[in-house]
Parts: sequence; C-alpha cells; structure tokens
Amino acid sequence: MSHRPDESADLNFYLTRRQWLATSGALAAGLTLSTSSLPAAEPETPLELGPPAKFEIWDQHCHLSGVEGKTAGERMDNLLKYADRLNIAKLVIYMGWPFATNPSAEELLRQNNQVLEAIKGREDRVLSYVYVSPEHLETSLAEIRRCIADGPMVGVKLWVAGRATDDAVDKIVEEATRLKAVIFQHTWIKTTGNLPGESTPLDVVALAKRHPSARLICGHAGGNWELGIRAIRAYPQIKLGIAGSDPTNGLVEMAVRELGADRVIYGSDAGGRSFASQLAKVYGANINDVEKQLIFADNLKAMLAPILRTKGVAS
Amino acid sequence: MPALIDTNISLSRWPFRRLPGDETSDLVRLLRKQGVTEAWAGSFDGLFHRDIAGVNARLAAECRTSGKGVLVPFGSVNPMLPGWEEDLRRCHSEHHMPGIRLHPNYHGYDLQHPEFARLLDLAGENKLIVQIALSMEDERTHHPLMPVPHVDPAPLKDLLLARPALKVQLINVFRSLSLAQLEMFSGLPDLFVDIAMLEGVGGIEELLEKIPVNRILFGSHFPFFHFQSALLKLDESDLGWFQREAITSQNAITLKK
Ligand SMILES: [Zn+2]
Repeated sequence: MSHRPDESADLNFYLTRRQWLATSGALAAGLTLSTSSLPAAEPETPLELGPPAKFEIWDQHCHLSGVEGKTAGERMDNLLKYADRLNIAKLVIYMGWPFATNPSAEELLRQNNQVLEAIKGREDRVLSYVYVSPEHLETSLAEIRRCIADGPMVGVKLWVAGRATDDAVDKIVEEATRLKAVIFQHTWIKTTGNLPGESTPLDVVALAKRHPSARLICGHAGGNWELGIRAIRAYPQIKLGIAGSDPTNGLVEMAVRELGADRVIYGSDAGGRSFASQLAKVYGANINDVEKQLIFADNLKAMLAPILRTKGVAS
Repeated sequence: MPALIDTNISLSRWPFRRLPGDETSDLVRLLRKQGVTEAWAGSFDGLFHRDIAGVNARLAAECRTSGKGVLVPFGSVNPMLPGWEEDLRRCHSEHHMPGIRLHPNYHGYDLQHPEFARLLDLAGENKLIVQIALSMEDERTHHPLMPVPHVDPAPLKDLLLARPALKVQLINVFRSLSLAQLEMFSGLPDLFVDIAMLEGVGGIEELLEKIPVNRILFGSHFPFFHFQSALLKLDESDLGWFQREAITSQNAITLKK
C-alpha cells in the first residue's frame, strides 16, 4: 500500500483540519472557513504524488462497475490498485454491477451483497453506502436496516429510479437521518434532457427543506455546475459532490467562492471515470492547500464522524 | 528537464465562461510550471469567428510574442467559408505553422463533405499536420441555445487510406468514440489520438490494448480542462519509461518532423 497517512504528517504542507483550526489567525479573528481572504495558492506542481503524500484523500464516489474482476473482491482490489498509484487513502463504494437505473427489489439486494463482499477484509480502506430506490420502499427500508443499522454501511445512494421529490424518498431520508447516515443523491441538469427519474439539485433543495437535519450530498454538482452550485447555495446543509463530470476548469473555484470550501466534497465516479481526471479538479484549482485538504477528505470525514462513532470507529 | 509536449491547448476565450488560464501570460506560466516544454495551441476564437484570417494572425502573433518558446500555433481552417484555401495558405506560408486545427461540428459539416477531402489534399501537399477536434465539451453541458453534435470520425478511414502520407491527429476523442470503436482505424499508421478526454480507471492501459503506443499523444485540452487531468493519467496507468517518453514527447516530435 503506497499511501501512508502517518508519514504525511511530517510534511509541513500537510495540516489536519484540527491543526489548521488551531493555528489559523483568520479563524481566531472570527472568520469562517469559507472566507476568501485566505491566500490563494497557485496550483503548485510538478505534482509530487509519491508517498508521503501532500494531502490525505478520501474518494466519496466509487463503483464496482467499469473495473475488471470476476468477483466483487477482485474488482475492489483492482480499484484499490489504481487508487494507490494516486495516493487515495480511502474509497466509498456503492452499487454493484451491471449498473441498473431502475433495479428490481431483488437486484437491490444482489448489488448490495456485491458491495458487502467487496468491502469485507478491506474495512481500513473502503466504506460503503447502501443502494436504495423509491420504487421499492419496503425493500429499501429493510436494506437500510440490514446494511446500515445492522451492517457496516454508512450512507445511502439514491440514483435515477425516482426523483428526490418522490414521497417514498421522504421515508428513506427519515430513516437514514435517524441512523446519522449520509444521503448521496445523484443529480444532473442535462442540456440533452434528464431521465424521467433523474433528480436535479433543486429536487435536493426541496428534500433539504423537508428534512433540515438530513446529511445531503448533491451529486455531480448538478452536471451543469454553474446551475447546480447556485441551486444549493442558500442551503448549507447540502454539500456539493464534484465527482463524475469532465475536469472542467473553474468548477471548484466557483464552488469554493459561492459555497465555501467546507461544502465541497471530492469523489471520482471510478471505475467509469478516471481517478486522475477527477483529482485534477482539486489539484488544479486556484485555491489554497487548506481548502484542498477540506475538499479531498476533511469535509467527508466530518460528515461521517457521527455514524462512524456509532460503529465504534473514529474517523 | 525531460520534454513534455502538450498537443492540445487553446488560446483566447471560451465563449461561455472565463477560464483560469485564459490569459496567455497565465497560461504559459502555468504550463511551464507543470514542466511543459512545448504546447500546440489552437484558438477558441476559431470556433465561431468568421474572420478566420484575423484569428490565425492573432494566434501566430500571440505565440510569438507571449509564448516564451513554448507555444506553437495551429491555425483554424473552416472549409465552409468562402476562400478558405487562402487561410490554409497563410497558415503554412506566412505563419509557418506545423499544422491546423479543424472543428467540423462547430463549422457545420461532416467528414463526407467534398470540401473536407479537398482540405485534406491541400494540407497534405503542404505537409501540415491536421488536428480534428471531435468534441470541445460534454454534450450534456452545452449551452441550451448551442447544442453541437460530436464529430463522427468514421469516414476518415477511407479518406486516409487514399492519402497515405497525410498526418492526422484526433483530439478530444473519447466522448465521440468509444475505445472499442477505435479498432476501425487499425492499419492507419499516421492517425494519432490524444488522451484529453480519455476516461475510466487506468485509461491509458486500456488504450494501449487497442492501439500501439506510437499513436498516442499527450494532450490536456487546457485551459478548458485542468492540465493535471492528462498529467495524472500518466501515473494512474502502469507505464514503462519507453511508453511514457513516447506519449509525452517522442511521438509528437516524430509527428512534427
Ligand atoms: Zn456514480
């Protein structure tokens, strides 16, 4: 394993959120983390990715699809092999294979079992969310019980079977929130037109209004991120997932400017996406290293801390 | 410092947003900082401007005055414009460009258009590298008033078989074309692709299963994309020194000879 987070503490570049909080004059002066008064570092390179790493990186958005392997374990090991080359410490995975946009109840179980198999024995590197669907509410609630309350998973994944405005999603979000689980909702605003069950960032806003304590991540930054960022801006409870879109220059800068660095969460959407292209969104952004570290791992850690504590794991 | 040749960057303004790095001085500084020794620069102005001669003159001047020896201009040619042959002539004879960059989808023609075949002939006679951008961005993020279909490169096969000396590079390839579809171009030794829009974990490893290493060029699509995307792909795949050197510089050097 090439990532050694313990050693990274030796580098003066690397600050944990706590260390930074302790030393930051800006914060002592009562400014928030999202302040743009922090010195904006130029994207520093050449990138030095060999261990010890400059940043600790947790990838909030990975799948078992798009990576080779006959078994779930083989696929997981392959994904970790690529993650190691780019110093990604931890992966969050959800959904099995093949991708199913409107899975049957049986398919949800089968794909969640694939994920359970994939994380087994790799708990130090991999976290997981349970795949649920408003089309199958009873099964979804039972899967949340089996995989989160009674199992190792720490979040729920809502994809495109039904929109976040669906009544059944309320029940799913209530139960997930009761368990302190993270709720990841795929969103896009496609110029080419959304799928019938595909949510937009505004659907996540509606959900946030009904569930003010839900831990929500708006996936893909809404795809057309200039719209997605604006849509969720006034709702600090909603974090922005930046995985799974082209490495377009300016996304992260706008997100940090409008939402604050503490609302932006790195992820890749590997294996369909390249880890490299998605990491570049953060490495290449014209923001400072403290902001990069928040986006790369610290924001997700903070979101997951309550549920990890219920499982006896410190994040 | 090892050579790093980026075959796919653009100057001037993307029409729909300002990009960090869209001032040439910033762009050159960022590229040099990343270790780029040479960058083949088109112009975003080439997408929509109809005074292409003006676009190319500015591009050449900008590369000369602000390029710090890094920028190499690739002019735009739009074969749907009256008198496009003069634009092509100026690219090689006046601006001494090694190649041109085409945007068939933004210029409203497909590759079966007879003017496109004529353009290839003229480019070949003048030993110009022909870059064809298959896309500029994900179709799902186009401005709603400006949806532009990707370029279908399929007609290229016959066109290139009939022009064995012509050197063609596809850039921004993989939203238009899947890896599996690349096989249609096997047996075309002078067709090159860049890695800017290559996706999937270990993408270059996958690409190497489809085409030989001497056909792959480093290209970032900077500043529309983050430069680091292409750079990190070199680390995400398990490449030997020879493959790495071929992709990052040797293939481009050979192509430009
Ligand atoms: Zn995904």
